[in-house]
Amino acid sequence: MIPAPFEYVAASSMGHALDLLAESGDEAKLLAGGHSLLPMMKLRLAAPSVLIDIGRIPELAGVRADGDELVIGAATCHADVAGSDLVRSQAPLLAHAASQVGDPQIRHRGTIGGSLAHADPAADLPMALTALGGVTVITGPGGTRTVAAGEFFTGFFETVLEPDEVLTAVRVPRAPDAAWGYQKFVRRANDWAIVGVAATGGRIALANMGPVPLRARAAEQALAEGAGPAEAAALAAEGTEPVDDIHAGRAYRQHLARVLTRRALEHRVG
Amino acid sequence: MQVKLTVNGQARSDDVEPRLLLVHYLREWCGLRAANVGCDTTSCGACTVLLNGRSVKSCTVLTVQAAGQDVTTAEGLAGDGEMHPVQAAFRAEHGLQCGFCTPGMVMAAVGLLAENPHPTESEVRSGLEGNFCRCTGYHNIVRAVLAAADANPEIAP
Repeated sequence: MIPAPFEYVAASSMGHALDLLAESGDEAKLLAGGHSLLPMMKLRLAAPSVLIDIGRIPELAGVRADGDELVIGAATCHADVAGSDLVRSQAPLLAHAASQVGDPQIRHRGTIGGSLAHADPAADLPMALTALGGVTVITGPGGTRTVAAGEFFTGFFETVLEPDEVLTAVRVPRAPDAAWGYQKFVRRANDWAIVGVAATGGRIALANMGPVPLRARAAEQALAEGAGPAEAAALAAEGTEPVDDIHAGRAYRQHLARVLTRRALEHRVG
Repeated sequence: MQVKLTVNGQARSDDVEPRLLLVHYLREWCGLRAANVGCDTTSCGACTVLLNGRSVKSCTVLTVQAAGQDVTTAEGLAGDGEMHPVQAAFRAEHGLQCGFCTPGMVMAAVGLLAENPHPTESEVRSGLEGNFCRCTGYHNIVRAVLAAADANPEIAP
C-alpha cells in the first residue's frame, strides 16, 4: 500500500517547525516516528499534502529531570522511554507502559508525543499519563502552554492541539517510591487493550472504557476513604459507557474494568 | 527529492518520491530482496531491517526518514562468504521452514542480541514478538537465537 503523494520537509528546529506549520495550515501533518500516521496514510485514511518531519529536532528528544518533575521530549521513542534509568527510577509506571507498546520494532520508531497526539483511547501512554497526573507541554505561535492529561484528550482520537501547535514534551511528577499497578486485557500479543488499567498515587486510569482515557473516580474515592482493593475495584466501572463492538460488549468491558482494577491494586509494584 | 543514506555500508544518493517506503526502496532501487513485504501493516515483521543498528519495520518508514542514516539488511550480514553467527545458528537449528519470515526474523534477532547479548528464552520470545512465522511454531527459531547468543559472546550487526 502506497500513501497518496505529499510534500516532505524536515524541520531543523522548533522555530522552523512552527513556521512550516503556519505556512501550510491544516493541510500539514507532523511526522515523528510515523507509526500511527504512516499506516493511516497507507490505508488512505489520511492524506495530508505536507508532512513536516519533527523527528530530527534535537531538543524534542530525550529525558531530563527538572526539580520534582521529569521532562520527556515528545519525539523520544518508546524504547528510549522504557530504557531510561531516570524514567525507570522516578516514574516506573511510565517506563512499564512504554515497554508495553506494540513490539520492539514499533518501540524503536514510535514516540511518546506521537502516541499522545494520536489519542487512541485504547493505547498505553494516554492511560499512563492520566494515571501519573502528568501534563503536556504545547508550543504554538503564541508561546507555550501546559495542559493536564485530564484535559488534553477531548474525544475519540481528538485532543486540544490546534493545527498550528506542536506537542513538545510531557512532564510527570518524580515519585520513585510510589507503588503502581498496570493491567491490560488483550486478545493477542502486542494488540491494543480491550480494557486497560493503570493505578498509582491514588489515581486509577482506564483505557478503552470511553472515547478518552477515564479516571475511575468512585474507586479512587473509596480507596481514599480506606476501602481495600476488592471493595474499591467493584466501583471501577461506575459512570462508564464503553463501546459495544465485535471485541467485547459493554457489560463485559465493565466487568473487565472491575477485575483489572482489582488486579492492578492487588499487584502493585514498589 | 534527493536522499543520501548508507545501505549495507555503501553510501547511496537517489532522487526518490517522499512517499517511497523504505522496503520498496531497498527491494526496487537497491535490488536487495531479503526484506519481504508481508502484511504491509507493521504487524508481521517480514520487512525488518536495522536502522542505525536498531530493528525497524521498513514498510512503515519513509525512505526520506532514513536520510543520513545506516540501513542494514540481511544481505549486509554475511562477510567474505561467512554467514553471520545468527544466520549460521538459524541454519544449524533449522529455524525456518518456508523461509518467508526468515530475513526479518534474523534481523530482529540480530537487533535483539545487540541490545541484550545473553537473553533468557522468555526474553527471546518477547524480543521476537514483532515477527510472525506461520510454519515453525517458533521453537526452532528461539533455539537458534539462544544458540547464537551462547556461541558468540560479542554479536555485532
